[in-house]
Amino acid sequence: MRDVVLVTGISGNLGRALARQLHRTERVAGLDRRPFEGRPKDLSMHQLDIRKRKVEDVFRKGEIKALIHLGIMHDPRLPQTEHHSFNVLGTKAVLEYAAKYGVSKVVVLSSTNVYGPRPDNDNFLTEDAPLLGSQNFPEIRDLIEIDMYAQQYMWKHPEVETVIVRPVHIVGPTVKNASANYLRVKRPWVMAGFDPMVQLIHEEDACRALAMALKPGLRGVYNVVGPGEVPLSAVLRELGRQPVPVPHLLARPLLDKLFQYRLAGFPPPELDHLQYLCTVDGSRAERDLGFRPAYTMRETIRSVLGEAPPRVVRSATEGAAAAGTID
Amino acid sequence: MERAPEPSRTTALVRREPERRGLLGRLRSAMEKWTLQLGGREMEERLARLVAPQNEYGVDPFGLDLEFTKAAVAPALWLYKNWFRVQTHGIERVPAGKVLLVANHSGQLPLDAAMIGVSMIAEAEPPRVCRAMVEKWAPTLPFVAPFFARIGQVVGTPENCRRLLMGGETIMVFPEGTRGLNKTFDKRYQLQDFGIGFMRLALETRTPIVPVAVIGAEEQAPALLDFKAGARALGFPALPITPTLLPLPLPVKYHLHFGEPMRFVGNPDDEDSELERRVREVKMQIQTMMDRGLVERGGLFF
Repeated sequence: MRDVVLVTGISGNLGRALARQLHRTERVAGLDRRPFEGRPKDLSMHQLDIRKRKVEDVFRKGEIKALIHLGIMHDPRLPQTEHHSFNVLGTKAVLEYAAKYGVSKVVVLSSTNVYGPRPDNDNFLTEDAPLLGSQNFPEIRDLIEIDMYAQQYMWKHPEVETVIVRPVHIVGPTVKNASANYLRVKRPWVMAGFDPMVQLIHEEDACRALAMALKPGLRGVYNVVGPGEVPLSAVLRELGRQPVPVPHLLARPLLDKLFQYRLAGFPPPELDHLQYLCTVDGSRAERDLGFRPAYTMRETIRSVLGEAPPRVVRSATEGAAAAGTID
Repeated sequence: MERAPEPSRTTALVRREPERRGLLGRLRSAMEKWTLQLGGREMEERLARLVAPQNEYGVDPFGLDLEFTKAAVAPALWLYKNWFRVQTHGIERVPAGKVLLVANHSGQLPLDAAMIGVSMIAEAEPPRVCRAMVEKWAPTLPFVAPFFARIGQVVGTPENCRRLLMGGETIMVFPEGTRGLNKTFDKRYQLQDFGIGFMRLALETRTPIVPVAVIGAEEQAPALLDFKAGARALGFPALPITPTLLPLPLPVKYHLHFGEPMRFVGNPDDEDSELERRVREVKMQIQTMMDRGLVERGGLFF
């Protein structure tokens, strides 16, 4: 019987959060080369590199009804070739297997970084906005390639319901991505004279959106926005940070050197996020998925401190069912 | 906080801030007091009537901070009352709700925009924060970028404009752009080429257009020439050379003439030539108002 939801990259922080949410209502299987410590008992785990041939066996059994693809690597220290091979080839492989073995739903996690922070951005980019994120940040080319590949796949395989989810900056007590790490810095750099509006989403909310994307009949590209937009300075004030203003013309060469000598963990192009807008319109997801964040702005911001109280969220299928009744 | 993708005008705003600390905080409080001092009792009431959808951090989705705006408006209000002694004519013609104010642009520094903005707070009914569609250059300028955002000025992309009009906002556009702003003194009161983007948006969102003629700004900083090569080298849109070197404004008297709302119907996807016809109508209306305003005004400074 086809009733398994396969989650790639399940051993990552976001993957584990998703597994915890999903396994209560779905049969969940995980695919990751890293072990999943403390996984729920009812979750079957395939510890494999997604580029390996054996991955096909996971699909071959014909149990998988849906694939949620989070298995994307994001380490600015790793060489570009490794990124490309893992992210792009890995994505292509699992998506091809999904089509070949009759998986009816594919959810691909992308992000709003694909649009890129730019001075001439609309304040609320819609899903149709061009993906220019790699213009000033060539290292994230593979992330854009994945998003584009998934769009292509949507056309090539109309029999598979493909959903591309582009959440804003995911933060939370467990995630350790660039934005969450930045907010954990006690004296973070800011660009002198710049204070862009930013959008954050709690990891649990991001996971709920991914689960809601499993809703039958749903396909398309969706920006997923958290509880709204705030100036970066307000976020830092909420966290009690003491920002260090650096002139933007100086910041880039300086961070370039610091990054090169491993004194900083942020690649220099990330500075654009401290300078320009990369905010999006999430109304399509609100309408079609029925997605609304459960965490308030303050809770979302403070979640990086790891002190936000765990909240009882509606389970994935309830959410999907509720969304269904709204239509 | 509920996320509001389209600005909704429901939350009234009378927020009493606690005592502000630090140098900047004290400056802001002082500026706010200055605004009230300049505007008097009436201003206080008008400011209290300004509305914007706000979240718990005091900003609307576009980054407009009303409290900040109330403080920041002080110097502009001082210019409005004491320097340019702005006189408005027919401001009651500006309808409530979504509207496009289309004006001539001049004066090297966009003070004409600031004065129209102040008039919308100080004299229009209902009082409102008017949004100008700013140059794409502005978001790259340190300190200018966040300042503009907090006082509600938005980068002039069609999508931003559409979204704000749908939200029932008042938008100010200068279809001449920098062609008008930075023109030299010999071209004063001659409208330069108009862009047609505003007309497309007006048709699409069925927004009335109020033509505005600004008298006075054209003489505030007479530019002898526009040093184009210098502008290119510095990455500026223009580099006007004025007798005072810096384009500081002379204390000319401003007159703002607001015309009857013009309502256009038609297909927003029509060919440019079709839209240009309607744009010419607006342009001619502004030119007529400008010519009349020039005849009517007493003198350049009084």
